[in-house]
Amino acid sequence: MQLVERRPLPLRFRAGSLVPIVVLLAVLLVLVAVRQPGFLSPPSLLSFLGRSTPIVLLAAGQYFVIVSGEFDLSVGSLVTAQVVVAARLIDSEPSRTWPVVALLLAFGIVVGALNGLITTRLRVPSFITTLGMFLILVGAVYRWSGGAPTGGLSEEFRRFGRRAFEDVPGVGRVPYALLVLLVVATLAVLLSRSDFGRTLVAVGGNPRAAELSGVRVWRAKTLAFVLSGVAATIAAILLGGYSGVSFQAGAGLEFGAITAVVLGGVALGGGRGSVAGAMLGALTLETLFALLNFYGVSGALKSTVQGGIILLAVAVSAVRSASR
Amino acid sequence: MRRTITVLAVGALLMPAGCATDEPAGAPSAAASAATGSGTGAQSKFFVRADYDRELALLDATPTGPAGKPWEQALQPAMVDTAKFKKAGPYKICFSNAGLNNPWRQVGFKTMQAEVEAQRSRIKEFVHIDAEGKDQKQIADLNDLLGKGCDALIVSPNTTATLTPAVAAACAKGLPVIVFDRGVDTTCPVTFINPIGGYGFGHVGAEFVAQKMKPGGKVLALRILPGVDVLETRWSAAKVAFDKAGVNVVGVEFTDGDPAKTKKIVNDYLQRYGTIDGVWMDAGAVAVAAVEAFLDAGRPVPPINGEDQLDFLKLWKEKKLTAIAPTYPTYQWRTPVIAALRILDGKQVPSPWKLPQPTITQDNLDQYADPGMPPLHYAMCGCTDLPGYPDRWK
Repeated sequence: MQLVERRPLPLRFRAGSLVPIVVLLAVLLVLVAVRQPGFLSPPSLLSFLGRSTPIVLLAAGQYFVIVSGEFDLSVGSLVTAQVVVAARLIDSEPSRTWPVVALLLAFGIVVGALNGLITTRLRVPSFITTLGMFLILVGAVYRWSGGAPTGGLSEEFRRFGRRAFEDVPGVGRVPYALLVLLVVATLAVLLSRSDFGRTLVAVGGNPRAAELSGVRVWRAKTLAFVLSGVAATIAAILLGGYSGVSFQAGAGLEFGAITAVVLGGVALGGGRGSVAGAMLGALTLETLFALLNFYGVSGALKSTVQGGIILLAVAVSAVRSASR
Repeated sequence: MRRTITVLAVGALLMPAGCATDEPAGAPSAAASAATGSGTGAQSKFFVRADYDRELALLDATPTGPAGKPWEQALQPAMVDTAKFKKAGPYKICFSNAGLNNPWRQVGFKTMQAEVEAQRSRIKEFVHIDAEGKDQKQIADLNDLLGKGCDALIVSPNTTATLTPAVAAACAKGLPVIVFDRGVDTTCPVTFINPIGGYGFGHVGAEFVAQKMKPGGKVLALRILPGVDVLETRWSAAKVAFDKAGVNVVGVEFTDGDPAKTKKIVNDYLQRYGTIDGVWMDAGAVAVAAVEAFLDAGRPVPPINGEDQLDFLKLWKEKKLTAIAPTYPTYQWRTPVIAALRILDGKQVPSPWKLPQPTITQDNLDQYADPGMPPLHYAMCGCTDLPGYPDRWK
């Protein structure tokens, strides 16, 4: 029996193509502009981008993990832990800012490395590893802080997430967070196109083949988790700066990041997708929430919308790969 | 109420989406349309007119008791006899605590520990069990405490209905039981201690905002979450005040107590309406975030109410805000220890014991905005005369 040759549908994109997410983002921006023309003015748009930076960073970090075939559910609780730890250690003392930032980075790297090593060396599925890490961090922070945050963040620490270059000609206010976004986004794209980035995709696509061709799979995956931990640390510094110390600083961010990555066309299970897509996915998600806000939809629907997107995006991608 | 906020926040997320459409107050689009009048929506189903009237009357009542020590004062007290509990000291006093899971409870508990220390000569042992915000654990804790030979039992219940049978069982053992903060559905405890309450809190903030803002201006009401009785009473009293003053409430939003979400909401409203002329809040935890949203956007901060948390008081002083801080005073954690000792002395105590609920205004701000205290400290702790002040609270 012969298989009928499939003719490509006209509206079919190469896997990992950025076209669908760019189109979706453009449509949402047009809808927002119709409802709220002021939104697209430079100061308002820049402040929106600044506010969206943490979730974009987390999406970039999550991309490296997901494309290598794993998950990182621990980032939200890592962000909360970092903010609470920072507040307690800095305790409103400006001179402690930089040492604490260094400590947070080290902490993020250690958590990422643990996630990676437990997943790859002890062969615990990453879903379980990072869920365990999530619970460990939640419990540890609760215990360590006695159930409520103490201390305070210094103005030095907070300025990254809160302050901006004022009076920039032509655009007005440029948040520092936006510069962080540009730098990290550039680094992420460069990294994803480097040998390491391609290796990760190969590892996610077919770990056995990658292993046989001489890739040390465990090392590549562990590094991906470390990148996610670093992304969470930077996000925590920006979020803590934006809003101050709070036990809810990171609540739900892991799902936001995974939704963004999936929306950006990255295959769950690994092997396909681009980091630019993941970051655009995060911006699209934030734009969608802004749109819902302008239409007066209650914020309580946010989780429902996110859940719907995850299911829809994964279903679409599964149907597409099955029909390939 | 504070200990259940996290639990309820999770619950609120899980609530079916349909709820949002039932409640005009929750939907900004409904609030924005002219058809809904002042935009405050339907009155909360928790609103009880008689309670509201009584609390507002208490706001103006003169307390009895030693001047300058509001934690020993009572409003319109009805005294009960406690002669049957009279006993020789020193005593073993036990405390079943709903939780320590927010800064308000942390400050309160430190204040209570300091009060115990101040009474060391009369208290030989103070047993504290933390229920960590769980009803089931607190029921078990109460049961354990009954076998420990306590002379008096202090209970701060996690939730009202669920803890009632456990508290009733403790009363049945014959030892004096003192309940404070949140109540139970039984009158078996010797006394129930709490401040005036949510209607008083909500009313003070709303009246201030309505009076101080420019006439015809737009008010944004920020609430933590729906369905918690103490918070519902605060909002329902504010609604009455706003409706009476004919204030244009352009939005009633829920922040989940999350500062990041609060800043986003205020930003969104500034974008949507251009200016916001007044902000009312049902709790002070995110007041600083709301003020920062105006500051970061380069807009003047409108009249606003917060609470007695130091971060808000310091910001108020530094930025010369037009602000007010109704309080849910943490000094109420001192009173149960004082009440327990009086009861064990066989002296009369007020039942219920209604504590005054002071307000921090521009006039007495300097007295409370102590720059040396940490940002999450509650100024109305009545703790400055207690052993270990200020280091214990830092």
